[in-house]
Amino acid sequence: MPNSKSAYSFSNKKEKFDTHIIVVWVDNEAGVLARVVGLFSGRGYNIESLAVAQVDEKLKISRITIVTTGTPQVVNQIKLQLRKLVPVHKVADFKREDKAVIFKEMALFKIVGPNNKLEGALKACKKYNPVLLDKTKKSNVIQITALRREIDKMSKDLKKFGLVSVSRTGAVAMTRGADIFK
Amino acid sequence: MAKLYSGAEIVFKCMEDQNVDHIFGYPGGAVLPIYDELQNFKSIKHILVRHEQGAGHAAEGYARSSGKPGVILVTSGPGATNVVTALTDAYMDSIPLVCISGQVPTHLIGTDAFQECDTTGITRPCTKHNWLVKDINDLASTIYKAFEVATTGRPGPVLVDIPKDIQFQKTKYKKPKKENKLNGKSHNHFNQNSIDKLIELMSKSSKPIFYTGGGVINSGPKASELLRELVYATGFPITSTLQGLGSFPGEDNQFLGMLGMHGTYEANNAMHDCDLMINIGARFDDRITGKIDEFSPKSKKVHIDIDPSSINKNVKVDLAIVGDVKTVLSSTLKSLKQKKSKFLKSNKQKTSKWWEKIQKWRSVRSLDYIGSEETIKPQYAIERLYELTKDKDSYITTEVGQHQMWAAQHYKFNKPNRWMTSGGLGTMGYGLPAAVGVQVAHPKKLVIDIAGEASVLMTIQEMSTAVQYNLPIKIFILNNQYMGMVRQWQELLHDKNYSESYTAALPDFVKLAEAYNCVGIRAKTPEELDDKIIEMLNTDRPVIFDCMVDKVENCFPMIPSGKPHNQMILGPKDQESKKITGKGKSLV
Repeated sequence: MPNSKSAYSFSNKKEKFDTHIIVVWVDNEAGVLARVVGLFSGRGYNIESLAVAQVDEKLKISRITIVTTGTPQVVNQIKLQLRKLVPVHKVADFKREDKAVIFKEMALFKIVGPNNKLEGALKACKKYNPVLLDKTKKSNVIQITALRREIDKMSKDLKKFGLVSVSRTGAVAMTRGADIFK
Repeated sequence: MAKLYSGAEIVFKCMEDQNVDHIFGYPGGAVLPIYDELQNFKSIKHILVRHEQGAGHAAEGYARSSGKPGVILVTSGPGATNVVTALTDAYMDSIPLVCISGQVPTHLIGTDAFQECDTTGITRPCTKHNWLVKDINDLASTIYKAFEVATTGRPGPVLVDIPKDIQFQKTKYKKPKKENKLNGKSHNHFNQNSIDKLIELMSKSSKPIFYTGGGVINSGPKASELLRELVYATGFPITSTLQGLGSFPGEDNQFLGMLGMHGTYEANNAMHDCDLMINIGARFDDRITGKIDEFSPKSKKVHIDIDPSSINKNVKVDLAIVGDVKTVLSSTLKSLKQKKSKFLKSNKQKTSKWWEKIQKWRSVRSLDYIGSEETIKPQYAIERLYELTKDKDSYITTEVGQHQMWAAQHYKFNKPNRWMTSGGLGTMGYGLPAAVGVQVAHPKKLVIDIAGEASVLMTIQEMSTAVQYNLPIKIFILNNQYMGMVRQWQELLHDKNYSESYTAALPDFVKLAEAYNCVGIRAKTPEELDDKIIEMLNTDRPVIFDCMVDKVENCFPMIPSGKPHNQMILGPKDQESKKITGKGKSLV
C-alpha cells in the first residue's frame, strides 16, 4: 500500500478493465489527431490501437477508431472528454464482445523461404481472406483481414514458414445491418 | 471597392466588435505589427505588464471580477511559454481568456527560427481550443470563434497563434456571422423530469445540504441571486467550495462556511452525514472529497453542472442535471413554487434535528485559534482586515498557501465576483497580477491581494505595472518567512524536517515598495495593526503591507490525507484537550 505520507489519498480498489472500441468523427484539420491522442495520454487512458483517415472529402470529416481498455467509469470519461473537443462531431462506443458490430484489422506478412514454406504460409492464412500481393521465387507478401487476436496468433504461427516482417493496422469498426450510428 | 485591412488591424477590429476595452500584454518581434496598430484603436487600452505570466493572471483577475473574457497579447517563443502557467490556471478554474500570440512568419515555421516554439502544441492541453492562423481570410472568423469557445459552456482559455506575415497581409473585413452551434455542443441537456426528481428528493430529505462551487459564479450574478432564493425557500444548510465563496452571503446563518481540506468542522461533518447532497457547479475535487471511498457514504447525490464530463468523474451521483446553473436553478424554483409552495414550512420540522446536529458541530468553533498579545496571529490579521473593510465592497485576491486558506476561512464574502484565488492549479504568484487585473476592471474599488511573502515574490515585478497605471492595489503580506503550507506539511507529515521551506534572505518589503515608487507599511504587533491597516486603506496609491506574523502558526481545521470528512484534526485548543498521541500523528 502506498504510504499515506502524502497530500493525496489513494484508493486500493481494483476494478475490472473492459476493452472498448471508440469511434470518433472529427473535422479533418491540422492538429486534430494530436488533440485526440493528447487527451488519451494526458489523462492516462490507454490506446491499444488506432486507425484514422478522412471518410468524407466534401465535409472534410475524418473517422478515428481507437481500441482502448478501462473501467466503466474511465470509458465513460473518455467519451465525455472527447465530446468536449471542438472539432469532434460525434463519439460512438462499442464493447468488443458486441455482436452487432464488425471489427477488422489488416496485416501484411512478408515470408522469405523455399517454395514449400511459402505455400505453407499461404495455406495457414486460409481462414482470414488471404490475398497474395507480391510473389517472387524466394518471397511472398500476404495480406489478411481478421481480428486482433487472430493476427496475433498468425504472427506467431507464421514464424516457422519464414516470416520476416509484419505490418498491421489498428482496428476499424462498423455496425451490422442497415442502421448507422447517429 | 471594399477597404482592405491588414491582419493586425483585423485583430483589433474583432476586439472592438467583441467590446474588448482592456488587453494585457507585452510586445516582441513577432507581434510588432499588431502593436503598431494599437494607437489607431482608441477604445482598447493596453496594460503593459512586466512578465507574460503577469499578463495572464491579470486577465484572469479582470475576467473573474467583471464576468467578461480577459484578453492577452504576447509575442512568440518565450512570450507564449511564459503565459502557459496562467492559461493552465484558467483552464483548471474555468476562467474565460483569449490569448493572442505572435508566431514567426509562416515560411519559417518548423525551421527552429529565432523565438519560434510550437505554441499550439504546447498550449493544446491547457486550452479549451487553440488555432494557428495560416490564411489571412480565416483570421476574423477564427478570433470570433475563439471568443465564443472561451465564453460559452464551461468557460476557459483559448489561444490564437498568428504568424507575423499574416499580420501584414491584407484582406476585406466583415463581421463574421455567428455560427449556430459548435458541432452540436449544447449546454442545457436537462428536462423537467430531472427537476421533478430533484424536488422529490428535496422533499423527502431530512438531512440535506447544498454544496456549491465556482459554477454558480461563472453562471453570472443572476445565478447567485437564484441560489439565495432557493436556499431561503428550502431552509437547507449550504456550504461552498473555495471557488464558490461569495455566491451565498458568508455571514448568513444557513451558511456553514467553506468545506474541504481546510473547511469548517460543521461543513465537513454535514457533508459526511447528510442524506441528500445537492452539488451545484462544483466538481468533487480531491481537496473537497478527502478519501473518496468513504465520501459521504449515506447520501443521495445530485450534481448540477454545465460540463457533462464532470458528472461521475470522481464521485458517482444518483441524479445528474447537465445545464447552466442559472437555468437549472430558475426551473427548480419555478417548479418548487408550483408544486410545493409551502415547502419551507413543511420542511422545518423534518430538518430540525439536522439543524440541531449542525449547531452542535458549530459549537466546536473550529476556526478559533489561540490569540496573542505579542505577535500578530495571521488569522487575527485577516479578521481585522475584514472588520475594517467589510463595508467597502472590496475585491480580494490571494496567492497560494496558508494565507489563502486563512483568507477563505476568516474573510466573509457577500457578493459573487469579489474573491479571486487560484484553486485548481494552486499557482503561487497569482494574486498580485490578478489584483492588477481586478483594479483595471474596477478602478474605484478597493482591491486587496492577501499574500504570503514567498508567493508574492514570484510575480513581485508587477508592482511596477500597478505604479505605471496608478492602480492603487493593496498587497497585504502575511509574512512568516516560511513557505507556510510547505512548513505545515513538513511538521505534520515529515517529522519536522523543514527542508528548504525557510527563506533566509527576504527583501525588506518596505524598502522594496519604495524602490517601486509605491508605499510600504509594516506592522509588527497586534497593538499597532488596526492603525496600520487604516493607514493602508487611506493611501490612494499601491501599497505593500508587510504584516509580520507568527512564524509557526498552522492552518486548522484540516482533513488529513487519506481520511474522510468526519475525521478532521482541529486546532491547538482542541488538541490540548484531546492530546493527539504519537500514534494519532502518524495517521496524518
